[in-house]
Amino acid sequence: MTNLNLPIYLDYASTTPADKRVAQKIYEHLTLEGNFGNPASRSHAYGWTAEESVEEARAHVANLVNCDPREIVFTSGATESDNLAIKGVANFYKSKGKHIITSKIEHKAVLDPCRQLEREGFTVTYLDPNEFGIITPKQIEEAIQEDTVLISIMHINNELGTVNDIQAIGSLARSKGIFFHVDAAQSTGKVAIDLRELEIDLMSFSAHKTYGPKGVGALFVSRKPRVRLEAQIHGGGHERGMRSGTLATHQIVGMGEAFRLAKLEMESDNKRIAMLHQRLLDGIQHIDEIYINGGLDHKVPNILNVSFAYIEGESLMMALKDIAVSSGSACTSASLEPSYVLRALGRKDELAHSSIRFSIGRFTTEEEVDYTVSILDQAVSRLRELSPLWEMYLDGVDLDSVEWQAT
Amino acid sequence: MAYSKKVVDKFENTIKEPEKFNVGRFDPKELNVGTGMVGAPACGDVMKLQIKCEPKGNTHVIKDVKFKTYGCGSAIASSSELVEMLIGKTLEEAKEIKNKDIATALELPSIKIHCSVLAEDSIKKAIEDYEAKQ
Repeated sequence: MTNLNLPIYLDYASTTPADKRVAQKIYEHLTLEGNFGNPASRSHAYGWTAEESVEEARAHVANLVNCDPREIVFTSGATESDNLAIKGVANFYKSKGKHIITSKIEHKAVLDPCRQLEREGFTVTYLDPNEFGIITPKQIEEAIQEDTVLISIMHINNELGTVNDIQAIGSLARSKGIFFHVDAAQSTGKVAIDLRELEIDLMSFSAHKTYGPKGVGALFVSRKPRVRLEAQIHGGGHERGMRSGTLATHQIVGMGEAFRLAKLEMESDNKRIAMLHQRLLDGIQHIDEIYINGGLDHKVPNILNVSFAYIEGESLMMALKDIAVSSGSACTSASLEPSYVLRALGRKDELAHSSIRFSIGRFTTEEEVDYTVSILDQAVSRLRELSPLWEMYLDGVDLDSVEWQAT
Repeated sequence: MAYSKKVVDKFENTIKEPEKFNVGRFDPKELNVGTGMVGAPACGDVMKLQIKCEPKGNTHVIKDVKFKTYGCGSAIASSSELVEMLIGKTLEEAKEIKNKDIATALELPSIKIHCSVLAEDSIKKAIEDYEAKQ
């Protein structure tokens, strides 16, 4: 265990470290000796070379998802991309309709703009996922109304790793003339995306989930068919008027390099990650009363969300202090609500409270997974020894029949 | 969550050496045992506290305590702290223990005061159960 860097980082779905090659690129675009110019400066070479770097980065981003570079708008991150897509389309096309369809398991960056639009007079349908954490095209079809203007469904769920069928939903949306936005913050470098094939109008990307820097993302805005947006940030008309503000060259080249590497290394990364995922799964399989949230059949291998019944998630994380993971239980924050995503799956409260999300990445090693398994084993048995619910389970008590004395 | 070192130590020591920290159970049917269980799985915490007492003069003294807690780190630390406070106390003295005493001893963050309230409730319930049997 001498080589292990503790705590072991298994929270790649939250953020990834920047790849060293990315960090090098960023560094080259900051100082006087480097390419630091303002890409909008037309009057000198500093501006021109900075613009070249930005356009090269834009091409790398476009290349990963197979679209035209002119369809990529740089933003401050996936949250801004989601805001721009949802509020931008809704506001631009509000005369066309004021109904939006989304799901209950979207990221807050989609849910909160939808809530805002509700305050502005839109109506929003929030679909429930099925037991596998999936929103089906049929559900969407049934939710479509005369005045539906936008559908926003995530590609890969950040808590569960479950993958929605964006191809089928896209075809459905296109056939009905409804705009389709996809939050793909978790997708890049994990699954291949071909925007020339998919019938998608808007797609949000994040750099820092794919070994790029934080603070930068992009929005794909389709040109054919053309989608128009009402800008959310005004001031200079950068990014063809859709997102003003001096382009952050160093972050954008970081994102470009990260996405270039993602294209090159996706296959080998995924092979390794699938192997590590299986190793983790094999390692925990013998633990009684565990549940894989969202199941195994419809998900990416880099995320594994497990509920350890009769143990509360935060205490499990405390017992796992040598492992950096995240818990579905929001007991870690000010509210005592369990994860809204697990709730939407219909998980019982005690299971929703007891979930841990492991997310594996490019730099995870076999040794780290093995260590995680051994620590996990110990932590689960220790906490169960301490758990009155586990005791009741062993005694054959049906927890649903107990009259709890909540305070 | 920034817990005090006291919460973290209490939690870690309790899970590492459960017997030393009075984790376990008594037979709830025994006449000298009082059991109190509070909280709910839906809220994310359940505490079960058991006291074993014997008469002394015109009162009863807590000779031994066992507990089990399902909950966050501070819920587990709070129950463990409470248990230490209880041993050797008379029932009257035990009734005087307030959630504040636990919260202060562990330096609980304000959003976790709930855990100490639960601990206070568990001792009240355990004493009620014990007294009802006498």
